[in-house]
Amino acid sequence: MSAFVDIHDVTHIYAGSEDGQPAVEGMNIKVQEGEFAAIVGPSGCGKSTVMKLATGLQFPAKGTIIVDGKQVTAPVKLAGMAFQNPVMLPWRTTLKNLLLPLEIVQPHRGRLRSHRKEYEARAEALLTQVGLAGQGSKFPWQLSGGMQQRASLCRALIHEPKLLMLDEPFGALDAFTREELWGIIRDLHAAQRFTVILVTHDLREAVFLADRVFCMSARPGRIIAEREIDLPRPRDIEITYTQEFIDIVHELRGHIRTARDAA
Amino acid sequence: MAAKSTRTTLILAPWIFTLGFFAIWEAAVWAFGISRFVLPAPTAIAEAIYQYQAQLLRHSFHTAWMTLAGFGLAVVFGLLLGMALGASRIIHAGTYPLLVGFNAIPKVAVVPILVIWFGVGWQPPVLTAFLISFFPIVVNVATGLATIEPETEDVLRALGASKRDIIMKVGIPRAMPYFFGSLKVAITLAYVGSVIAEYNASNVGVGNLMARASADFNVPLLWAALIALAVLGVIMYAATALVEKRMTGWAQRSQFASQ
Repeated sequence: MSAFVDIHDVTHIYAGSEDGQPAVEGMNIKVQEGEFAAIVGPSGCGKSTVMKLATGLQFPAKGTIIVDGKQVTAPVKLAGMAFQNPVMLPWRTTLKNLLLPLEIVQPHRGRLRSHRKEYEARAEALLTQVGLAGQGSKFPWQLSGGMQQRASLCRALIHEPKLLMLDEPFGALDAFTREELWGIIRDLHAAQRFTVILVTHDLREAVFLADRVFCMSARPGRIIAEREIDLPRPRDIEITYTQEFIDIVHELRGHIRTARDAA
Repeated sequence: MAAKSTRTTLILAPWIFTLGFFAIWEAAVWAFGISRFVLPAPTAIAEAIYQYQAQLLRHSFHTAWMTLAGFGLAVVFGLLLGMALGASRIIHAGTYPLLVGFNAIPKVAVVPILVIWFGVGWQPPVLTAFLISFFPIVVNVATGLATIEPETEDVLRALGASKRDIIMKVGIPRAMPYFFGSLKVAITLAYVGSVIAEYNASNVGVGNLMARASADFNVPLLWAALIALAVLGVIMYAATALVEKRMTGWAQRSQFASQ
């Protein structure tokens, strides 16, 4: 079975990079369909570059990237994205923010006007799933940071993408809200089985959520370790206090330390 | 209770301060025995306003009309050029020095050229108002478009959005507070432009009225015209500010701005 996301021997140098040093080098990542993958690494290691490459926002200098059986030569259109900054549009209500992707992606774009009620119901259902029932008519700036981030997840999922890209989406949240959102993304993934690539520097987050964790070295980023997480699902937050969980986190911590020392 | 009384004070404050200003002026004129030829007292000016009210009203309407026409042109042209500048880095880099250079020219210096082209009439005031006021609109619209958050752009591009989609869905709504903010600056500038041109090259308008009053050494009329200009300016500014508030309420959400 070929991988859903297959990043093969990829090297990427940003145009206008001052020292000409690659952001990522000789990178290999394979993620199966429906799998939850996490990429961890020290800051500035090119984790976000992986996101941009896999979604076709940047094209690699060397190597190939295949998503859903097709080589990536343009923005992939089947991805939903969420970032550390929720980037909601302040002039739209939360519900209208959720509908934004549908105004872009076909076939929804053509159907949105005539099927507005149906799509609004879908958005409401998503909001309910993340605990924001009835908040759709509020403006994003009337919501707390955690609530905005939930809404941003909904926006990433509204068009039922096959691939969800998360770039440190919980990075700016307090510890309790973060764990709450882990539960939400875990449940959404369990229900809809989309493929996820989560970029994070939080090892506990990666181990708790992912089926497979990739560790990156410092710049130029390379994959230095790949670890399958075979903890049984569904996972409860309690699992993070078990010895087995702690051992995995500790092991990954070791890889990151080596990467940082080498830099 | 305290909050309510603060609110009332805030509403009354502009009136109290304005009246106070005129009261001090009046008192100073009497106290120092200043000749009405140098600085007429507010009461003398009020008298002149009453005496020349028909003239003042007619000329004020004309000036308002010239200003709004030039301002309207500036809005249309400024929006279009601002969008072009914001959307394309080549156009931005290419035209910016020209724009800055053009903006640096004192527009009084352009009036004689306009008179040579169009003669004395409505064209010099309208065009001067336009030329003097489009620049802030261009710069603000371009800034609004050029400062879209990269993450927003990524979210949309990863969905396959075209450049046009991004400008329509994000760029233009985002630029609106900048645009309406610039209108407040532009309307006052347009007003200055039309009055300057009327002063030099027109047979009607408050500018022209002032030119004639000053030639006749009719100092009270000159001051009455100045007051008329100020009142008209405040009205136009307030109207623009009201439109801004209506259109971009979402951008004025901070406590800081409402205090």
